[in-house]
Amino acid sequence: MGKQRMILTAEQQAILNGEKGETLAKVMKTLVMYGEAFHAEKLVPITSKYNHLVTSFGLKVMSPVYDLMQQLLDAGVCSEQQFSVDPRPLDKKVPANVLQNFVFNKFMYTKQDFYEDQLTKLGLMDKDAFSCTCYMDEMGNKPQKGEVLSWAESSAVVYANSVLGARCNRNSGIIDIMGSIVGYVPYFGLLTDEGRRATWVVRVETTKKPEAQLLGSAIGMKVMEDVPYVVGLDRWLGTELSDTACAYLKDFGAATASNGAVGLYHIENLTPEAVEQGKALIAEGAREYVIDDAELERVQREYPVMWKNPNATPKLCFVGCPHLSLQQLKDWTDAVEAGLRASGRKTVAIPTVFTAAPRVLEAFEKTPYAARLKATGVITSYICPLMYMNNPLCKTMPVITSSNKLRTYTSARYYTDEQILHAITKEGK
Amino acid sequence: MKQFQGRVITPGEVTAPAVVTTEGFNTLASLQMALQFGDKEAKCGDQNNKELHGKPLCGRALCLPQTIGSTTGGLVLYCACAMGRNPACMLFANPIDSLAAAGAVLADVWVDGVAMPVVDSLGEEFLQYVKDGMTVTVKENGVVEVE
Repeated sequence: MGKQRMILTAEQQAILNGEKGETLAKVMKTLVMYGEAFHAEKLVPITSKYNHLVTSFGLKVMSPVYDLMQQLLDAGVCSEQQFSVDPRPLDKKVPANVLQNFVFNKFMYTKQDFYEDQLTKLGLMDKDAFSCTCYMDEMGNKPQKGEVLSWAESSAVVYANSVLGARCNRNSGIIDIMGSIVGYVPYFGLLTDEGRRATWVVRVETTKKPEAQLLGSAIGMKVMEDVPYVVGLDRWLGTELSDTACAYLKDFGAATASNGAVGLYHIENLTPEAVEQGKALIAEGAREYVIDDAELERVQREYPVMWKNPNATPKLCFVGCPHLSLQQLKDWTDAVEAGLRASGRKTVAIPTVFTAAPRVLEAFEKTPYAARLKATGVITSYICPLMYMNNPLCKTMPVITSSNKLRTYTSARYYTDEQILHAITKEGK
Repeated sequence: MKQFQGRVITPGEVTAPAVVTTEGFNTLASLQMALQFGDKEAKCGDQNNKELHGKPLCGRALCLPQTIGSTTGGLVLYCACAMGRNPACMLFANPIDSLAAAGAVLADVWVDGVAMPVVDSLGEEFLQYVKDGMTVTVKENGVVEVE
């Protein structure tokens, strides 16, 4: 480390100087160096009740991560906060052939049990605390407005900042837990008032409600890591953060964060800071981006098709990256039933998996919708579709999805929700 | 030969052939398959990055505006360094982003014997000038020579 510029409290400096052990000193050094890369002048206390970590998968190849976690455990270092974590990578309910199961269980995820044991020791909230949507009411990790977080998971960070009004930088995996080990995070970027001001004004001028995942993708690719102030979306979403609006913003935000690097957006008349401060949030010299129907069509048209045979019949469909909300599961149930009725089919034409958080699925199972959805042939699961598809075997498998995040990281092909519904209930392609 | 002055994030000296992207570098999408399935060259797997897709990244001077995408980005970079599959250096035209900074710092603090110099704020002109295959030398003080 070069000359330390950050001003630390006596307690923080003592940790950095090694008075509480070498390992904790390295944790503090990591946070100080990380903060100094952004000219952070101080560390500030984390004020949320829980943390959220991005690394949930026991991939054999990620052994450097598990080695580092073991160093923390061996040194008796624990997270001061309990935490939730991203979804598990495997679920027997999700269709997989013999070869896939062999690769998953004997080659890729051989460290899963070991890593989950490490997570438990480090402070995992409970055995079901695995979801990218930890902020769902059912999951119990929903920060309050103004709280300072040390979260990772790009879709969760952008949701916490934008919809809940919490304050969190786009922290990387491992940095997330280091913050909650010492109880502080460097003060910079989205933690500051200045860093939360918008440097882009995005005008939505579409003739119909824009597809959340397409709109987010377009904005993410345009503004990269900047903060957009979106005008005109309240026309389609209203001015209340209803379940429907929140689900839309969840999917929209995930696309801005994976197709770009957005950590915070403001929606005029809807998200908390935009409601409070309005156009005062817009920084001087902000650039402008107009999105109309043609722009969204262009964005979708330019997505690369990674299938070996672009005309192949889809073999699998994933909906729920990020995980679906309870209301989305209900809405999809109604839509799938109606689609099947219209086409005279009893069950879906393509094996289809809807993914949601364990506690959301538990709540869904208590409703009459669960049996209705099951009757359509749709499978529900808690897995991370991205982790499922993250292998060469899936590269040759034609998978469709309405998730722009899944499209970005795998060979899955993006369809709008309407196209997905058509494919699974009517024609099977 | 042209010189650019940047800010040192993690220090070091290295000379390597350049590989250049003018789009955001999606660390997870670029490196996940290469790390998982033993590609020693760490060929870029990001289908959305037409400039880099399929090109070897290991041992190259990766010239980029910034990184984008999943917050696993920093730990993927950290793992690449721990496994010896990392770029020789990372040279950012823009101020560094939080994920790349995390990866660089984690590698610097927690991995023994790895030096991946990281320099940011080299400016737009840097990315306009440097081209694939040019020889790039990074100095300890953040000076980057391109020839």
